[in-house]
Amino acid sequence: MSDDAIIEVEGLRTQFGQQVIHDNLDITVRRGEVMGVVGGSGAGKSVLMRTIIGLTKPAAGRIRLFDIDTAGLSTLERRALERRWGVLFQDGALFSSLTVAQNIAVPLKEHTKLSAQLQRELIDIKVSLVGLPIEAAHKFPSELSGGMRKRAGLARALALDPEILFLDEPTAGLDPIGAAKFDELIAGLQHALGLTVVMVTHDLDSLYAICDRVAALVDKRVKVGTIESLRREPDPWLRDYFGGPRGRAVLDARGRTS
Amino acid sequence: MVDILIPRASATGSSAAAARLETWRDDDCLGIALMGLWTTREIDRQDRDLAAIVPDGAARAEIHLGDLEEMDTAGAWLIYRTRTALEAQGLAVELTGGSPHHLTLIDTIASHHEHCAPPPPGATPLVSLVNTLGHATIEVLKEARDLINFLGLTVIVLLRSLVRPRTIRTHALFTHMEQAGLHALPIVGLISFLIGVVLAYQGAEQLARFGAEIFTINLVGFGVLREMGILLTAIIVAGRSGSAYTAQIGTMKVNEEIDAMRTIGLDPMEVLVIPRVLALVLVLPLLTFYADMMGLLGGAVILMFTLDLSLFQYARHLNSAVAIGTFWVGIIKAPIFAFIIAMVGCYEGLKVSRSAESVGLHTTKAVVEGIFLVIVLDALFSVMFALVGL
Repeated sequence: MSDDAIIEVEGLRTQFGQQVIHDNLDITVRRGEVMGVVGGSGAGKSVLMRTIIGLTKPAAGRIRLFDIDTAGLSTLERRALERRWGVLFQDGALFSSLTVAQNIAVPLKEHTKLSAQLQRELIDIKVSLVGLPIEAAHKFPSELSGGMRKRAGLARALALDPEILFLDEPTAGLDPIGAAKFDELIAGLQHALGLTVVMVTHDLDSLYAICDRVAALVDKRVKVGTIESLRREPDPWLRDYFGGPRGRAVLDARGRTS
Repeated sequence: MVDILIPRASATGSSAAAARLETWRDDDCLGIALMGLWTTREIDRQDRDLAAIVPDGAARAEIHLGDLEEMDTAGAWLIYRTRTALEAQGLAVELTGGSPHHLTLIDTIASHHEHCAPPPPGATPLVSLVNTLGHATIEVLKEARDLINFLGLTVIVLLRSLVRPRTIRTHALFTHMEQAGLHALPIVGLISFLIGVVLAYQGAEQLARFGAEIFTINLVGFGVLREMGILLTAIIVAGRSGSAYTAQIGTMKVNEEIDAMRTIGLDPMEVLVIPRVLALVLVLPLLTFYADMMGLLGGAVILMFTLDLSLFQYARHLNSAVAIGTFWVGIIKAPIFAFIIAMVGCYEGLKVSRSAESVGLHTTKAVVEGIFLVIVLDALFSVMFALVGL
């Protein structure tokens, strides 16, 4: 096992009833990298993420995070582990009865003994770090646009300064300008905070813009590699994905600008 | 992009590595050394210690970061806050020994330091009480106005449908009759039976004191046929079907199905509201009749034991005690209650906005309003029937 592996999944099998989603799947994420997870609709991208963070139980296989096997942990050990990652769900998953600031305060109140004053100061920083206008702190989720809700969800995910950040389709539902800005934000935060990022996405632009490596879900397994190496794979789905009109368009655009 | 890797201790928060802080004084230089883990989980005490540092005449300050093992945004914020606080008091502050990624993080925090105003203070209790009362009153009046509008609309569309019966969706009508009527039989029957039992049991005990046990049959007959049968059935149906109507129509509203319907040229009033209203109007009298019978049966079972009556004697007493008019007084109310319950359910469903919470909110409102209106109407009926001498 390599030293810098932060997530290791071996022989993972997930199934719902008779339907097998992943079979004998292996994936390793290294500390400090941005890993994109791609795959066709229904290929199990989100399920893979949910299995790693423990929301879905695997039928078989081993999942190690920070070199700790997640199976057979006591509740307390599991809580301690959960504090070390943050998750951004698709539409932010903010608690609708709380304001943005109160949402960010939830993990701080639950898991730390910081004074109320310091909590407020840290919330201000998190709000500003994710690029929300400071007035948004006292708004309710229903008063925010989709992009702002995602940013607020990101601020809550970052509240405890996690080591790993899981993102589920962070740019889905955003307009192209908003999506590009969100990509920049993730890259900037990853850089400044030294995060490891696992990002489920459909967005080819995001892949090219910020991912170091890509895990493609094909035939219930993953193929991991840089975009360059995946583009040379003979697999028909990968060929269509990277070589299709959209994949080529993104590549051409990037070729022109760089 | 992976050029910055912050090493982190694998053990979380072991006490040996907890955040520590030392200060020293060297001539006019105030020294502060930070050691250990300066992370969100560790720094609650250091927050106060750092805030308590006073320059005490020093002209320079040095914050030494060389022994920091770990630092996250919370630690970086404390360091930045201490630095700005000391600078504000006229000291020249220098950060020494910091690793590049620690300094990067402190710079990031510095560039994102924006103070957020506290949430606007609420009004005083008295003012907010008056405000809430005013708002609530206006809301209730608006709601009443809208409901009356909807009542008118429903009646117009219903009359139009009855004139041209081919526009009535028979399939939907029968589905709703099955769901609201047939499926409600077990619960309506059980509750009515038990109410008959309760009335008979309590009545027999009280009337026995006057030696008038036999009048328990009058009590059960009047109570069940006139009020209890219809009222309980209406309340159960409001909880079962009124709420279901709101949830069904509300969910369609959230999914934009109602809008889709309009673009195809279908009238939601005709497709969704009329079959539901009509189904309930047809089915509630039948349910009420069934509830009446079950209630009388419940009374009979108890009285057969306590008064040692046969079922035949019970029936004969009942026949002489209760006129057929009493039965009709109960049944006549059923279609009207049904109309109100179904209308309120559909109205609240159509008022759902495009969010899931709003479905829950309006479903609750549909049940509360439905039951409230049923009981108000029942009271009006009582007064009215008393006036006409029924």
